[in-house]
Amino acid sequence: MLEIDNVSVVLGEATVLKSVSARVEEGSWLGLVGPNGAGKTTLLRAVTGLVAYEGRINVAGRASSTTSRRAAARLVAYVPQRPVLPSAMSVTDYVLLGRSAHHSYLGGETRRDRRVVATVLERLDLTALARRPLGQVSGGEAQRAVLGRALAQEAPVLVMDEPTASLDLGHGQLVLELADELRREHSISVLCALHDLTLAAQYADRLLVLSGGEAVSSGSAEEVLTEPNVRKFFGATVEVLAGRDGVVVAPARRPGPEAPTWQQTEEAGDSGGNLAWAAAL
Amino acid sequence: MTAVTPKTPAAPTSPAAPAAAATPAAPTSPFAPQSRAAPPALRFFEDGAETEPAIFPTRLRAWHVIAGVVFLLGSAVTSVLVGPAGIPAGQVLEEIASRIPFVSIHSNLSPTDVAVIWQLRMPRIVLGGLVGSMLALAGASYQGVFRNPLADPYLLGVASGAGLGATVALIEVPRLVSLPADFVPIAAFVGAVVAVIATFALGRTGAHERNVTSLILGGVAVAAFFTAAQTFLLQQQDSQVLSEVYDWILGGLSTAGWGQVDLVLPYIAISTVVLVACRRLLDALAVGDDEANTIGVRADRVRLLVVVAATLGTAAAVSVSGLIGFVGIIVPHTVRLIAGPSYQRILPLSVLYGAGFLILADLLARTVLSPGEVPLGVVTAFLGAPFFLVVLRQSRRIA
Repeated sequence: MLEIDNVSVVLGEATVLKSVSARVEEGSWLGLVGPNGAGKTTLLRAVTGLVAYEGRINVAGRASSTTSRRAAARLVAYVPQRPVLPSAMSVTDYVLLGRSAHHSYLGGETRRDRRVVATVLERLDLTALARRPLGQVSGGEAQRAVLGRALAQEAPVLVMDEPTASLDLGHGQLVLELADELRREHSISVLCALHDLTLAAQYADRLLVLSGGEAVSSGSAEEVLTEPNVRKFFGATVEVLAGRDGVVVAPARRPGPEAPTWQQTEEAGDSGGNLAWAAAL
Repeated sequence: MTAVTPKTPAAPTSPAAPAAAATPAAPTSPFAPQSRAAPPALRFFEDGAETEPAIFPTRLRAWHVIAGVVFLLGSAVTSVLVGPAGIPAGQVLEEIASRIPFVSIHSNLSPTDVAVIWQLRMPRIVLGGLVGSMLALAGASYQGVFRNPLADPYLLGVASGAGLGATVALIEVPRLVSLPADFVPIAAFVGAVVAVIATFALGRTGAHERNVTSLILGGVAVAAFFTAAQTFLLQQQDSQVLSEVYDWILGGLSTAGWGQVDLVLPYIAISTVVLVACRRLLDALAVGDDEANTIGVRADRVRLLVVVAATLGTAAAVSVSGLIGFVGIIVPHTVRLIAGPSYQRILPLSVLYGAGFLILADLLARTVLSPGEVPLGVVTAFLGAPFFLVVLRQSRRIA
């Protein structure tokens, strides 16, 4: 379980997150959506302890500000938006890095660590690529390896930042399906930022909309992703349709007179967000 | 919008539900007592049978190690057999064998020859091995920690600091007091450590940010400053002192004795143990500081530990051998070409190959112009520079 209570983040002069609260139960999936620069990545980085914050974040009943890095790595696994992939490192070695917090600091991995890695590789269909360097696998395979490293952490909370950003539709779905299966099997709490509102609606139990660093709306996809809301928060003109697995948010041509202006679109994004993006680099 | 299919609430379906499921947070306060202890490990994946899982993480390969040991022993044995004293090889081996416990072989060498072997050649080989292994290991560690293939042990100002320390010791101190012969190494060691501390203290940005780039730039600035101070001192000296300092800077083991081995052994031993122990952490740093942090590896602490250990060892090595260039670059890169990019292999192998390489280079240094000597730094650079260009051609990319 992940509890985020009144979390604010100030980077330099700018307040990038303002008193955001959220709660992700065991085995549930909270989708994080919002326009560029809304503070999504900053919130995820606060949860993983990569950025200093005010307020409280509890993971599995522990205040994350007081847990050591090692303990935190056993509680929260992170799939970054732009993972650093050492091109000469083998897929096995890369997934094994996820076990760093489980085996002794300087010592080597145990048989159980190897077994976990073997299971993860098999589960993510990476066994055939296990000895291949990361520089020689496709984008989708690399993304699966990143997910594999996070799963090897065996953490009760999985934080994903745009895990489908570099993938085509099919591979993106594959990664999300895998994460979804595993969270159901192991009651993982998932916090996942996604740009694609339809995908976000399909996989998340609940959605949280961030805009300008503030939590502006939350609830089920049907409650949150209404045409007026999307127009207000994203400055986008959309048609919200009922699909088989939830709402479908389809872009629509902007009708003439009432289309949002550039200025409104920019305001929805808020300036503070630029820094959040810079910090993510 | 119309009605949509409600999503099924997620429920734990695994029979092996995590332990945390049974202990929800206290209902009165959502925030449990704070604890730094490691949380109970979740176990998503079954332990299963006793069979060994069929995965192949990077490991040190036996033949790499055997080749390294053979290279090191080969260099050492060749080196002990060859020298201007012209003692027959068979008698040298007999003499060495006679010192092995429980072996009853007696050599009939003269006391002078025995002294040549045990007081001149042996300490020189041992010291060369120690210095070479340390420089190669420190170079490999710096390359890992700074993720820069051109990093060498002198990156953070060790060389300039040691140079200034030795210069001060050779020029200024003899005027004031008479000191034991070991004073130059100690002064060089102190200078090296001071320079690196200065780099660490000053090499950060105005925002109190200390990252890899600011450290390297700080090292460049500190090195320039120390070198300028050294040059200032030197330009006021006569040629006698200049040539003394110059000899030291070029590096060499011509004055090697057991006393120097004793002097540097503790530092090099500790430094080697620490660095080799950190080999996995260096691999983890390859994913960048942020991601290393999220998998539980404190990148900043690893970097500090590795830099401190590598600097201490390098300072010790430099203090007795002067500035021997290129060992810290060519040995790790050769090892990388042979054994691949994992520091789990590079660090231990650099120790073996670095020691062997420097013993061999020193053998050339003292035999090529025998009975004169070529400065060791000249030999390593002579071999190193062309080799480095080859390495450059072989590497697919830099950094």
